[in-house]
Amino acid sequence: MADNAEILTGLAEIVEEVAGIDTAEVSADKSFVDDLDIDSLSMVEIAVQAEDKFGVKIPDEQLAELKTVGDAVDYISKNQ
Amino acid sequence: MKFSNPPALAGARILGLGSYQPDHVVTNHDLAQRVETDDQWIRDRVGIVERRIAPEDLSLVDMAVEAGSRAVKDSGLDTGDIDTVIVATCTMPNPIPNAAAQTADRVGIHASAAFDVNAACAGFCYALGTAADLVRAGTSKNTLVIGAEKLSDWVDWEDRSTCIIFADAAGAAVVGPAATEDEIGIGPVAWGSAGDIASTIRILGESTNKLHQEGQAVFRWATTKIAPVALEAIAKAGLTPADIDVLIPHQANLRIVEAVAKRLRAKGARQDMRVADDIVYSGNTSSASIPMAMDHMRTAGTIRSGELALLVGFGAGLSYAGQVVVCP
Repeated sequence: MADNAEILTGLAEIVEEVAGIDTAEVSADKSFVDDLDIDSLSMVEIAVQAEDKFGVKIPDEQLAELKTVGDAVDYISKNQ
Repeated sequence: MKFSNPPALAGARILGLGSYQPDHVVTNHDLAQRVETDDQWIRDRVGIVERRIAPEDLSLVDMAVEAGSRAVKDSGLDTGDIDTVIVATCTMPNPIPNAAAQTADRVGIHASAAFDVNAACAGFCYALGTAADLVRAGTSKNTLVIGAEKLSDWVDWEDRSTCIIFADAAGAAVVGPAATEDEIGIGPVAWGSAGDIASTIRILGESTNKLHQEGQAVFRWATTKIAPVALEAIAKAGLTPADIDVLIPHQANLRIVEAVAKRLRAKGARQDMRVADDIVYSGNTSSASIPMAMDHMRTAGTIRSGELALLVGFGAGLSYAGQVVVCP
């Protein structure tokens, strides 16, 4: 079980790999769409990799609710 | 009573390729005049720069005949040497008559066994697998396999999530016998379906009768489930991922193509494995995309005779199929 700081670090690495955004930019308050400019297909790729890395399920309906990086960290933390 | 069967051959191989695209080019700028979109948005989401759309008076069968005739010519066979025609298609204007019988007759393969296969974007690989087994079993001397689609008839031109993707074309291959094990050029097919999520890509039989796709769900399925099918096809052929020279996945979306290639490389495929990107200037042409990409790559010199190509088709059904082939 990863703690929230570890989840954020792991998620930032995934975002960097999928979308080419520096890990330093990926902080809890950032919106995936508005701040990081990540499109819906990249969000699916991030979700798929997060599922593998953290052992969670992130269905498409749920994915649409995860607006910020912090939302995703909380969801993974509660469901891992 | 005793039945007799023809002796089975060692295998089958591809003897020739051909493809056909309509002349009319539709650019991203053209589409931006019809729906709210722009060139960069389309390039970012699907990797397409332009596509070919057939005029009203050019039918699916017209395109199939052209691609099929070119493949027969390329194979060096006479039409009389071919006894079976399979057309993979999911966009005929009406359920009957099928495309294959008319196509066979117009190509000059008279009284041919002729039938259509509908496995949508996996159709060509389904039909190629079927053709290889027909030839190997001695049921067919040589089989012409064609993927042909006129998707423009079924696309909702008001739907910006799908009208930017699909296009029209035909691609074909002639499948003939491999008398010895050294000549085998088509590996066993790895195929299957996921009917539980059939509704994610559909043409509604209701008021609109237009193609609908749940893009995000299909993207997730394709980027996660197709690489394992490709790996199964490699294993069934007795090969390893490092043996593959060229990856020719169905040209669904450039980002899916790249995701599949990335997963295969993570499983041992070579960094210098070439990857088909025919979608960029052809769009998604469903069952036509794989044979057309292979034909285009051969013409461009990016694949050479004797190289190993991994084909994998996937799409509505949902259906998937893949096999390793030797480039003719």
